[in-house]
Amino acid sequence: MSSTFFIPAPEGRAPDAEGYFGAFGGKFIPEALVAAVDEVADEYEKAKADPQFTAEFGALLVDYTGRPSALTEVPRFAEHAGGVRMFLKREDLNHTGSHKITNVLGQVLLARRMGKPRVIAETGAGSHGVATATACALFGLECIVYMGEVDMERQALNVARMRMLGTKVVPVTSGSRTLKDAINEAFRDWVANVESTHYLFGTAAGPHPFPAMVRDFQRVIGVEARHQLLDRTGRLPDAAIACVGGGSNALGLFHAFLPDAGVRLVGCEAAGHGVESGKHAATLSAGEPGILHGSRSYVLQDEEGQITEPHSISAGLDYPGIGPEHAHLNDLGRAEYVPVTDDQAMRAFRLLSRTEGIIPAIESAHALAGALEVGRELGRDGLILVNLSGRGDKDMDTAARYFGLYDTDGESK
Amino acid sequence: MSGNLQLLNDTLASIRAEGRAALIAYLPAGFPTVDGGVAAIKTVLDSGADIVEVGLPHSDPVLDGPVIQTADDLALRGGLKIADVIRTVREAHAATGKPVLVMSYWNPIARYGIERFATELADAGGAGCILSDLPVQESATWRDHAGKQGLATVFVVAPSTRDERLRRITAAGSGFVYAASTMGVTGVRETDGASAADLVRRTRATTDLPVCVGIGVSTPDQAAEVAGFADGVAVGTAFVQALLDAPDETTGLASLRALTTALARGVRGGR
Repeated sequence: MSSTFFIPAPEGRAPDAEGYFGAFGGKFIPEALVAAVDEVADEYEKAKADPQFTAEFGALLVDYTGRPSALTEVPRFAEHAGGVRMFLKREDLNHTGSHKITNVLGQVLLARRMGKPRVIAETGAGSHGVATATACALFGLECIVYMGEVDMERQALNVARMRMLGTKVVPVTSGSRTLKDAINEAFRDWVANVESTHYLFGTAAGPHPFPAMVRDFQRVIGVEARHQLLDRTGRLPDAAIACVGGGSNALGLFHAFLPDAGVRLVGCEAAGHGVESGKHAATLSAGEPGILHGSRSYVLQDEEGQITEPHSISAGLDYPGIGPEHAHLNDLGRAEYVPVTDDQAMRAFRLLSRTEGIIPAIESAHALAGALEVGRELGRDGLILVNLSGRGDKDMDTAARYFGLYDTDGESK
Repeated sequence: MSGNLQLLNDTLASIRAEGRAALIAYLPAGFPTVDGGVAAIKTVLDSGADIVEVGLPHSDPVLDGPVIQTADDLALRGGLKIADVIRTVREAHAATGKPVLVMSYWNPIARYGIERFATELADAGGAGCILSDLPVQESATWRDHAGKQGLATVFVVAPSTRDERLRRITAAGSGFVYAASTMGVTGVRETDGASAADLVRRTRATTDLPVCVGIGVSTPDQAAEVAGFADGVAVGTAFVQALLDAPDETTGLASLRALTTALARGVRGGR
């Protein structure tokens, strides 16, 4: 199967000139960053139309990351979802182990076009940080990654990987010491070093043009999956399901199915200890419209507009905001967003590991938990596509502690 | 219309007539406590600051350095509410008669209610707002309410702001223009005098509004240097640091008094 690697959204689906998807998006940034953000937008528009850029990007995705990624049917897992037919889009098989590398390679090529020798990024679970460190090593760019102290502890392996790749990992000690605070620090760095530096934003959030640009780079996920599923089954799925933190893997999957009214688009948010508990990161389930990190979207906040601290067992979903296009799809009713608790995600994590021999990222396990629910609704005639956005190696310490694997002599509980 | 834009305009005009630059002080509300913050703001206004910016602390202050973020954290952990910020404005203005602005990120105001905030700020005698992350193209709704309430909208311009955009910003703004002296977050540093002077020159070419320079200014010598080419000098982090360093409130206020007096001398010695 051939794959088209760079697939900007069709006209009419992109945001408007000011970066709005309906009521969401925009550019809420300090004046010092306006010129830099505009430069990224201008350069991205030029790159989109430049055959050399798209060819180089496509070649990297084939030869370096291993696209197209596989589509794997998971019948033993699906038996636990009422016997629905279920396929996983295997973004975990990309180089560096997640979908993140795709956006990173696109933006590193863009940084090179802009003549920026220094790249900064933020990371929660480390997948985006590792991908950024990897691409910067490949292109010889200086790389700084901001990471909350809490996340550095729970993702020590990825911290070591980034350092091995020559990246400086800067611990962030402010606020909740997680992803939100790492993004704040990266913005501060960008304000101070904007002439030499590209801020390689990791998800489909932030100020315009990042939500649209990251989505475009990730659209390949859904376009490939759509072709692959039609080849294999002759039909479209009843539901396409993905986890949602900032939302890049989900948008990448959803976009290819937006015109297909019969395909349910389901985003699985991190509900932590439960939405009612207050300890969660379920932004669309429990947030309100607001401004965070440069755009208007749904945000976890108090009645005075202070951002509240999120919680998720997954460092990659531990974020109080969400990309503005998801907010728009939610308000349109085109996509549905469901909360998945830590415990539900971890049960799905273990189930996929034991039924299919695939250890998923804890982020992706949220999508798998959602798929178990949707599968039971659809029954045996249903067809589900799940985006397996990343692999679980990085999460083994968290999983081992959760399941008590360090404390048993034999098989775990 | 009850806001104090006119007072701000008159204050800056009379300072210009004196042939000197204005000293603009920044302190966050609620730091170290609400009452302690009011006392600190009154102290800087009584010791030679001409205008004060009252910070509305935010959980995610992306444009601020670690000193102001620390103060914001302390204020929020102390339970600061927007009503306390409004009270701070009211008491500071009532006690001194000087122009009091609020400096904030946009989300707290948008969430609180734009009209409600503008009305309450004006009723408290506030002169206007500086909104760090509300760029001109997103500002129409705020400016509409601010205008109705007689409040200034002070925009920030940066060395990276191109001339065409400068014209758009200064055409939309009122009160004065806040020129960020260097690219960077708030904090004490060596200021780039040449870059700031160039930005002031480029800004003046687009507007008759006073152009005040901030970000990085902390010493009387720096204040004097900036006063040589700008209509006002804004100082924030140095004041916050003085309070953070003080072992108790009395010492802190004495320290603020000394720093303000020295900076006020600085802005008078610049020309």
